[in-house]
Amino acid sequence: MKYKDIYQKPELVKAVAEALHRTTTKNWTLMEVCGGQTHSIVKYGLDALLPPQITLLHGPGCPVCVTPVEKIDRAIALAKDHNVILCSFGDMLRVPGTKGDLLAARSEGADVRVVYSPLDAVKIAENNLQREVVFFAVGFETTAPANALAILQAYRRELLNFSLLVSHVMVPPVLQALLKEPDCKVQGILAAGHVCTVMGTRMYEPLAERYQVPIVVTGFEPVDILYGVQMCVRQLEEGRHEVENAYPRVVKEDGNLHARYMVQQVFETEQRVWRGIGALPGSGLGIRKEYAAFDAEKRFCLQEIHSEECPDCISGLILQGRASPVDCPVYKIQCTPDHPLGAPMVSSEGVCAAYYQYGRGAK
Amino acid sequence: MCLAVPGRIRDVKPVQEWMYSGTVDFGGVLREVNLSCVPEAVPGDYVLVHVGVAISILPEEEAIQCLAELEHAGVEFEYEEGLE
Ligand code: SF4
Repeated sequence: MKYKDIYQKPELVKAVAEALHRTTTKNWTLMEVCGGQTHSIVKYGLDALLPPQITLLHGPGCPVCVTPVEKIDRAIALAKDHNVILCSFGDMLRVPGTKGDLLAARSEGADVRVVYSPLDAVKIAENNLQREVVFFAVGFETTAPANALAILQAYRRELLNFSLLVSHVMVPPVLQALLKEPDCKVQGILAAGHVCTVMGTRMYEPLAERYQVPIVVTGFEPVDILYGVQMCVRQLEEGRHEVENAYPRVVKEDGNLHARYMVQQVFETEQRVWRGIGALPGSGLGIRKEYAAFDAEKRFCLQEIHSEECPDCISGLILQGRASPVDCPVYKIQCTPDHPLGAPMVSSEGVCAAYYQYGRGAK
Repeated sequence: MCLAVPGRIRDVKPVQEWMYSGTVDFGGVLREVNLSCVPEAVPGDYVLVHVGVAISILPEEEAIQCLAELEHAGVEFEYEEGLE
């Protein structure tokens, strides 16, 4: 077997872990923002390689998980009651709404389709001009350029049967919401690499300054993550709190200016409700009024739905790093990937799913 | 979902004003990718692709290493072996 990829190479993992052990003298609590990073950490058991003084908390960076139940209910209502072709990423189909999920809606006859890209949904709209096509647009800043391009394409092609049901979220406002809590335990942050690929690193500077936390932009491979932890701990040990980039092969200071420009054309910041966290001002991207024709919530008259989350699910605490899946009384008992009670058990980036998949927790 | 995968551009074609698309080779699997956010990319470049859209151009060496990893994605890797 050849393992050419240096970012997974055991020797290098070991070398970075050793450097980290040498750097660490005090107790530190860090948070990795992105669910992709959480997944790598659990998959490779990276937390077991850390010095005992370091605690890693899992953050809110799973877009499927933070989509509020109201939006899921709306997507289901669009698919069932408005006869639309509802397109979405595969993970969204099994996220429980108040009553059932999109997969159940499909089995009851609704036209729900899984797509790989929002641009595939534009193609479906082009091929079904007599039908309404809605793409359920969830995601962080990484996904925003693709969703912006979908609207720009539909606009240029005059596809007035295409719209987005938007639940776009952004990382800095949710970090701010976590950091400003007086009992916040997080002392250092591993920022999400691919979000910064689009948006750059500068927008984290005010946060690092205001809350005196080091923020290190970190990748996803084992070596990347340990290297991010090491850079973050080094800052903490030296009493610094800066924005540093541990993923420079992919992330540039200004991000991708073309992508940012497209996002800006189509979207503007607005208040967004996060599952389990609540409404955070300026934490979401909504469609600008110039493109309002492509906004599913304006296009369809959606009735008020009384939405409810499963009372047993503690995903709100989990997404804020305040609890771990093993603290959830129904983890592995009533809640499993085959029968998920909350979004973190569904998504490939959800922490409950990662814990389950890699056999964590005794129950 | 913020997963992004590296691939190598085979060809580039304009779609409509300032929108580009191209065929990208992901370790042998070819897919159409929107290249509008990397208009400076040319065939042969490696790009990082997220949900059908290239979000950055990668330095070549790094991309080759990431591709090697993809080829081996089917193989379960025990870290402990190498570490003990
Ligand atoms: S284990 Fe299930 S019920 Fe518990 S927090 Fe995770 S998703 Fe929610």
